[in-house]
Amino acid sequence: MAKVVLPLDAARTFANGVTHVEIEASDVRSLLRALDLRFPGIGQRLRTGTAIAVDGEIFQDPYLELVKPNSEVYFLPAIEGG
Amino acid sequence: MGNEEKQSKILGDGKSKYRVIGTRPVRPDGVDKVTGRANFGADLQIADMIFGRVVRSPHAHAKIKSINVKKALALPGVKAVITAADFPELDKSDIAAGEVTVSFHDMSLNVIARKKALYDGHAIAAVAATSPEIAARAAELIEVEYQVLKPVMTWKQAMDPKSPLLHDGMITKGVKPPPEKPSNVNARHEFALGDLAAGFAEADVIVEHEFSTETVHQGYIEPHACVASMSADGMATVWSSSQGQFMVRAQVAKLCGMDISKIKAIPAEIGGGFGGKTLVYLEPLAVALAKKSGRPVKMVMTRDEVFRATGPTSGGHGRCKIGAKKDGTITAADLELEYEAGAFAGSPVMLGCMTGTTPYDIKNMRAVGYDVVVNRPKAAAYRAPGAPVAAFVVESTMDILADKLGMCPLELRLKNAAKEGTKAPYGPKFLRIGYEETLLAAKNSKQWNTPLGPNQGRGIASGFWFNIGGNSSASVALNEDGTVIVVTGNPDIGGSRASMAIMTAEVLGIEVSRVKPLVADTESVPYSDLTGGSRVTFATGKAVIEAAQDVVKQLRQRAAKVWEIDPDQVEWKDGMAVAIETDKYKPLSIADIAKVAGKTGGPISGKANINAQGAGPGFGTHICDVEVDPETGFVKVLRYLAIQDVGTAIHPSYVEGQLQGGAVQGIGWALNEEYVYSKEGNLLNTGFLDYRVPVASDMPMIDTILVEVPNPGHPYGVRGVGEVPIVPPLAAVANAVSHAIGKRVSALPISPPKLLAIIQSKG
Repeated sequence: MAKVVLPLDAARTFANGVTHVEIEASDVRSLLRALDLRFPGIGQRLRTGTAIAVDGEIFQDPYLELVKPNSEVYFLPAIEGG
Repeated sequence: MGNEEKQSKILGDGKSKYRVIGTRPVRPDGVDKVTGRANFGADLQIADMIFGRVVRSPHAHAKIKSINVKKALALPGVKAVITAADFPELDKSDIAAGEVTVSFHDMSLNVIARKKALYDGHAIAAVAATSPEIAARAAELIEVEYQVLKPVMTWKQAMDPKSPLLHDGMITKGVKPPPEKPSNVNARHEFALGDLAAGFAEADVIVEHEFSTETVHQGYIEPHACVASMSADGMATVWSSSQGQFMVRAQVAKLCGMDISKIKAIPAEIGGGFGGKTLVYLEPLAVALAKKSGRPVKMVMTRDEVFRATGPTSGGHGRCKIGAKKDGTITAADLELEYEAGAFAGSPVMLGCMTGTTPYDIKNMRAVGYDVVVNRPKAAAYRAPGAPVAAFVVESTMDILADKLGMCPLELRLKNAAKEGTKAPYGPKFLRIGYEETLLAAKNSKQWNTPLGPNQGRGIASGFWFNIGGNSSASVALNEDGTVIVVTGNPDIGGSRASMAIMTAEVLGIEVSRVKPLVADTESVPYSDLTGGSRVTFATGKAVIEAAQDVVKQLRQRAAKVWEIDPDQVEWKDGMAVAIETDKYKPLSIADIAKVAGKTGGPISGKANINAQGAGPGFGTHICDVEVDPETGFVKVLRYLAIQDVGTAIHPSYVEGQLQGGAVQGIGWALNEEYVYSKEGNLLNTGFLDYRVPVASDMPMIDTILVEVPNPGHPYGVRGVGEVPIVPPLAAVANAVSHAIGKRVSALPISPPKLLAIIQSKG
């Protein structure tokens, strides 16, 4: 199971404030689906303007990136630059 | 230049693995730029062109009661007048443009006001006429009736519940439960790690301080400029100076209600952007005027318009509290930031929260940020948006902490430095980073070990930026004589043509002079994200490498055909096709293969379209030495050293240039630059005489040390380098001045009158 940390505002809005959850998923797409099943509505929130860090590597506009059984997954705002 | 010690060096393993990477060829666009032949936004002239002019609000906050354009239209030579009524009303769906998330709804209202003018200089209407003089006269004839409202000019005024609201219905996001009443606070952001209270309970020493900064402009030399034309069948062509032709196309399409396929955006050379050209201002107006007049329309901003109406970056306020043990180990940090977004929501305060404490391994931390609207121009991206102000707050507090602990500020930073495996404030653990290496380079530098004289002070500060990848496309085509053209879709702001040519030459094993890099329009190369976020050398470079590798694969196949052997029996070595394990065949050069391309399958070209991942974060450490005149408060920068983990320097001169440019912009931010408003909310310093950016004669040579810790996410180890160098200078300068005068400087800019008042104050 991947260890997933939700952003504070999404956790407060959709997950009763729970920020740390464990999810079984093979890639980012299936992880978002699984999160949405557990916390309805959170998937759309996390698909919008959000990047994902899987085991320290940040993916912008993520979708098919692989998630391992013991991966650490963080959601963070999509970052661009000047 | 008054510099006592000069150093510009590269710290790596000393063994270059590359033939071309790390060399310093003359940039391909250099001659045109220094001889004045390069075409910038304002240089284009086309037949039948007419000239646009914008009517701007003289009020910082006002309702627009009516706009009468009759007199302007009656003026001979006037061909079109437009107002917001000529554009579609858009909904509030958000997009990311530059690094600051904006909504097309807000962008549309920023480009031309609909019901309210929200800052001095806000566009109200625009006119096009046969000469710039007639356009200017017509603009004066447009009658706008305003109901003037009280302006809200600072974050503090804006957060006062008694202040007027800029927007009806702005309910603060990120607060649970949501506030019942609207306010000028668009959002509250929070990032946290560990247990803050427990962290402070562990501390032997706690320091806390507040800081403030002012609005500053990117200060690019080239004003915004464009030409737009519309064909009879509704196809638009836009020439403009921007950080991304695909961004121009997308934003014009949305704001003008057109399909993307009906717009061709052609990039001009760009005379500086620094984030401020990651969005459109004039282009939609020019397209609307061209559509209405049936003539090509040229629009060029004056410097006054650039300052009043284009993206500065946020001024703001910050408070930082740090707790540490006696040995310097930081146990907790609490950061609060308030940033002024300008007239529309979307300051970079969230990025400030994510970056301020990031150089340090702090187990218990919290960063809270407030995005506040005020009657100033909407903040646009500016190098490492949000990070310099947050770093000023945190790095100044680190200096205060070092003083209180009786510890060297560099050693305090070393003690707490983030390393591979450290958890960033925004969650994930770092992979390989080079922050500690920048501190060690600082410790061993000549400047750090140079004695100071009377009234002199030394400051050190560090900074972080994420760097990004993103969508990029590239093609590499082989000419008949074996020379090569590499085409990308990113305007060259910081020497990227040279970097693309170098990486192509490295893959192909040829001289860089045999590679010509081109920046193409939106119909000549597939989509690329804009030039920003320190992404081009990393992401577009990755696409170029893949496209060149595609060419190498084809070159091996063609050589195999010539030799009638299997392609697997051919390797590419030092620019030649070589048959493996036999000397039966004479190696073929790229020119040899190009010469017979027609006989072996036709022209040879490679392409790559990627969404580049694996961008490596960057860290920098700067040292600033100053001397303060105690009688005038004037600050002279004596020496300045910028050290940065740059991954691999593809073209070291342009990497050094990025460090030097960022440092100088940061020094200007620290010492001189600020928007000065009247009490009515009118900007008073709208030119470079009154808005004082540093010039060469103000500065010592900015020395650099490039620390090369290769990014594992790039084939050549590239990290973005353009943003980090503006993050540390604000605090490096402020810390230096504070040490020189023996009092803490908490407000930027540190202008002579302000500093003199601090020097002469008691306490």
